[in-house]
Amino acid sequence: MSQNIHIQVEDFDVSEEIEALTRERPAATGAVATFTGYVRSDDGLSALTLEHYPGMTEREIARIASEAAKRWPLSGVTIIHRVGRLKVGERIVLVAVASSHRAAAFAACEFLMDYLKTKAPFWKQEERGGDAQWVEAKSSDDAAAERWRKS
Amino acid sequence: MNVLYFAWVRQKIGHSEETIAHTPELRTVGDLASMLAARGGGYAEAFADRKRLRAAVNQIHAGFDAAIAAGDEIAFFPPVTGG
Repeated sequence: MSQNIHIQVEDFDVSEEIEALTRERPAATGAVATFTGYVRSDDGLSALTLEHYPGMTEREIARIASEAAKRWPLSGVTIIHRVGRLKVGERIVLVAVASSHRAAAFAACEFLMDYLKTKAPFWKQEERGGDAQWVEAKSSDDAAAERWRKS
Repeated sequence: MNVLYFAWVRQKIGHSEETIAHTPELRTVGDLASMLAARGGGYAEAFADRKRLRAAVNQIHAGFDAAIAAGDEIAFFPPVTGG
């Protein structure tokens, strides 16, 4: 399985990433599922600043992607996560999963996002007016990741 | 050992990285956390509630009971909030 993992300041083009992913193993790819996360305007939020742990973040995401490849027959995975300051409406994260069949692509995409949210070392700071606050981790995200342990 | 801090832990402590000499008393991540907390000020604030903290040893998630050794990279940070 090909793994393309990028932590970057720059935006990404979702259709270009899907193209690149399907080109890698065209004979094995019957389905691509993608998830794109955006900065949402909650309670007057104007921007987010994302911090990460260079080295560990890439390593942790690679580990999560390898775990997904053990559970489902995947031909390729692309994960792009942006860092730095992002305004409302900007893209934050892309998970694209190529597989032979749709069920595996959908499931692996959801699994990867659930694990990304609870294991990959990123931290969000929210800006509202002149105020900056670190986001608290949500127990609902832990619960979402936890359910994959039982299945 | 190279010790790293992220997010509000980094802000309370006032820097992102420092070198700390390993001593025989520093057997675990928790021993290091206690030694740092005893410095007072921002360190005491950052390490006041361990339930709000996570750690990694050599870039792998680790508990406060994980063993540490000279040359390790140890990081302290809040629960992650990416995605």
